[in-house]
Amino acid sequence: MKDYHRPQLLFQIFILPLVVILSLTSALTAQEQPVIPADSIIHIPAPTSNVVAVDYVYDRGETVELTWNLSPDDTIGGRIDGYELTRIEQSTGKMDTLEVIPAGISYYKDDKLTHGHKYAYLIRSVYFGAKSSPVSSNIITPSIEIINWRLANLFAIAFILCGSVIYFIAHAKKGKKLFIRKIAGLEAIDEAIGRATEMGRPILFVPGINDMDDVQTIAGITLLSRVAKVVADYDIRINMPVSRSLVMTTARETIKEAYIGAGRPDAYNDDMVRYITDEQFGYVAAVDGIMVRDKPATCFYLGAFFAESLILAETGNSIGAIQIAGTAQPAQLPFFVAACDYTLIGEELFAASAYLSNEPKQLGSLKGQDVGKFVAMIAIVIGVLIATLAELTGSSSLENLSEFMNRLFTIVS
Amino acid sequence: MSNLGLIISLLIIGAGLLWLLIRSLQGKEVERRIIFLFIGLAVSVPLLFNITFSEKATPIVKALYDKIDNLPEGSNILLSFDYGPTMAPEVQPMSDVLIRHVLAKNHHLFLMGLWATGQSLGAEAVDRIIKGDFPEKIDGIDFVNIGYKAGNQGVLNVIVTDFRKLYATDVGGRDLDSLPIFNGIKSLKDMDLLISVGGGFPGVKEWVQFAGDPGNVPTGGGSAAVSAPLLYPYYPRQMLGLMGGIKGAAEYESEFKRHYERFKDMPEPGVKMMGPQTLAHLVIMAFIVIGNLSYFFGKKGKQS
Amino acid sequence: MKRKIPVLITFVVGSVLILSVFFPPIETWGEDFSIFFDIIAVFAFFLGGGNLLRIHTKKAIKRQKDWGFSIVTVLGFIIMLIAGLFKVWNDGGIAGDVAAPGSLFQMMYNWIFTPLGATMYALLAFFVASASYRAFRAKNVGATILLVASFIILLGRTPLGTYVTGWIPKSLSIFNIPDLAIWIMTAPNLAGQRAIMIGIALGVVSMSLRLILGVERTYLGVDNE
Repeated sequence: MKDYHRPQLLFQIFILPLVVILSLTSALTAQEQPVIPADSIIHIPAPTSNVVAVDYVYDRGETVELTWNLSPDDTIGGRIDGYELTRIEQSTGKMDTLEVIPAGISYYKDDKLTHGHKYAYLIRSVYFGAKSSPVSSNIITPSIEIINWRLANLFAIAFILCGSVIYFIAHAKKGKKLFIRKIAGLEAIDEAIGRATEMGRPILFVPGINDMDDVQTIAGITLLSRVAKVVADYDIRINMPVSRSLVMTTARETIKEAYIGAGRPDAYNDDMVRYITDEQFGYVAAVDGIMVRDKPATCFYLGAFFAESLILAETGNSIGAIQIAGTAQPAQLPFFVAACDYTLIGEELFAASAYLSNEPKQLGSLKGQDVGKFVAMIAIVIGVLIATLAELTGSSSLENLSEFMNRLFTIVS
Repeated sequence: MSNLGLIISLLIIGAGLLWLLIRSLQGKEVERRIIFLFIGLAVSVPLLFNITFSEKATPIVKALYDKIDNLPEGSNILLSFDYGPTMAPEVQPMSDVLIRHVLAKNHHLFLMGLWATGQSLGAEAVDRIIKGDFPEKIDGIDFVNIGYKAGNQGVLNVIVTDFRKLYATDVGGRDLDSLPIFNGIKSLKDMDLLISVGGGFPGVKEWVQFAGDPGNVPTGGGSAAVSAPLLYPYYPRQMLGLMGGIKGAAEYESEFKRHYERFKDMPEPGVKMMGPQTLAHLVIMAFIVIGNLSYFFGKKGKQS
Repeated sequence: MKRKIPVLITFVVGSVLILSVFFPPIETWGEDFSIFFDIIAVFAFFLGGGNLLRIHTKKAIKRQKDWGFSIVTVLGFIIMLIAGLFKVWNDGGIAGDVAAPGSLFQMMYNWIFTPLGATMYALLAFFVASASYRAFRAKNVGATILLVASFIILLGRTPLGTYVTGWIPKSLSIFNIPDLAIWIMTAPNLAGQRAIMIGIALGVVSMSLRLILGVERTYLGVDNE
């Protein structure tokens, strides 16, 4: 009788408490552990395949594109978090873990390379810390391309435009007279300055609010040179508040040379050109104040303008000044046209210097510009016709042609 | 009393215009200060007497509204503040109503800016609108402000593939990876909608060209009236909707208020500003008529 | 020599900026030249700021006409400069952010600078009215078309446009004033803008080539030879 109950006793005294203690311990420690899916501890995601590294073309040899086939586990609700990328530099053996690409993506662009060095890549599928075996790519050496052939269409268009301008500049040297239509605003410059002389009032010249890196400002300064010559000859005061320091130094040089050329170096004063502020509305407030106090007879607004254009033009109108404006900002042109006496619209501002100098070389460049306009007009007409016919007829060849024209004038970066 | 004041004001404006009309028939021009006075009255009377007009959303505004409304709850929407203080009076109402709409639909809201002033405007919007109208929303879970990075469209070129290449933290210095809202968000391609509010450079056009189109993410915008015409060609293929100017903001506010009873008392700066805009436009049209009459009758007088 | 060196610099920099687009090995040279310009412009600011202070200080000392405005200018310049440089009232002290909330700089920006900028911007509302009064005269056919278009746009940008033509059926929606206003802005207006932009782009190409090749040198203060 005694031997029959011994195993039960052992269980009750030793095993049962041990089980209880172990259960309690695991229950307590289980609260500190993250909840992990039951199968993740043993599930290692399937690796990718077909990892291909390709040199990214038309760059400085710093970029490689990596593609791979998705892991078979990469499905909706699949057991995969993403792909861990590692780069190996072959010459040094240095390994860099790049990043973990999210699941569903099979492309990566590595742009931190050095051209001429050899690289390879390893990709591991990852799932909750578990990683697959690595799959290696081919060894790749990113190379530097001398020419970016992706921009061949841009180069062709630039070649035609620049080539025609340069051709006509050279052609014009031969003394052939070129016809240029009258630009009222430029014809009126002398008359406007003459008016200021008669009234004994100064001239105001505003070169826009951009810096010397804007070609509109340079166009304004080239016109300043013409205006300053006449001003120096007529011995009237010119007032030029500017918004940028570099424009101030350039304008001073320009006006000084004009006075020296007119034989009146002593009449020049540095204070003719004054820096106001870089801030847009601070500048226009100061210029408005100058206009209302000094009451210039003639105001020139030639350069890059933004929201302040109408404020300047209306203030000039209120003091009865004759106003000649020119800008290449399309949004501001309507305000100048409405409020000023003469407006140089866009390209007329850039043509002004050539127009006033009447030099064959400069006039030739205008003719080259016209060739560009002609090419643009032909391309627009043909493109619109093809696109319209393609839409109306549904013809696939016309659609392909329309698509080709689209690509021809699209810049791919 | 306020209605009496309104009627008197409108009578004064109407009588003044009538008097000017009679003068114009005599060939006399109007002095510019009189014009300024009438514009001042036309702008201030609707503000003083709270004259507003009901607005109906045009298709281009409705498209943006419908997109936000129809996205499933919990969608990721990014709003970029691409404007400064001078443009704020015109475009701030757009960002305000967009924030309210996105959070009312329980979407996730990501705030950022391509303008340096965008970061502080975003922070101010969080204080004013989110903490005011949505106190239950939690920063880092329901919304986040990642602030400004220099680089204009260069920023978009980077974050269209990976946010973390440029943004390591939000404006509060918190690691993006520690924020629940950024779980599963790697780049702009993980957004369900991109919206840019602004009117200069960089702005809506850059978002369409460098983020929405290449990343194939739906993009919408809010723009100052002067910049809106340049954006219309992108609608509806590359830009699904646009609020153009204060009218666009007013249309969106009206549409939102009509459908969300909870916000029936919300401020409507867009609708409020349509009153002055409407009256000012009418006054300008009246002056154009007066100007033409004085021109023609003045000419006739000289000829006779 | 004094004129030849700037022309040579213009030629080299201009050529590099064009070629850097097409030749990847020199792609960064174009960016570097742009940075060089920014650095030069920043140093040039000292000239501008110095000029501003000199002119206005002289005017104030000599009590020339309107010298009171010069005092305001100089004071504003100096106070803002000190507030920004020395981070006055900044919680983080001199190492803190220049525009930190509560700082004198930020307060001046919020309470003086921003309202003044908004005020100047607001002037446009008045000037648009006076410019419209003067400009929209039906002197000829073109001006009349412009006048009619302006009326449609002015009405279309307000709720009145919808009230006046909202009854028009959808099939004739182009005659709905707001839709007509959008059509005017996106069709004829945009076409005209694009034509001007094409002309401007060609003008920029032509002007830039003249500058790069040294044909245009008036910006140096010399006559073109």
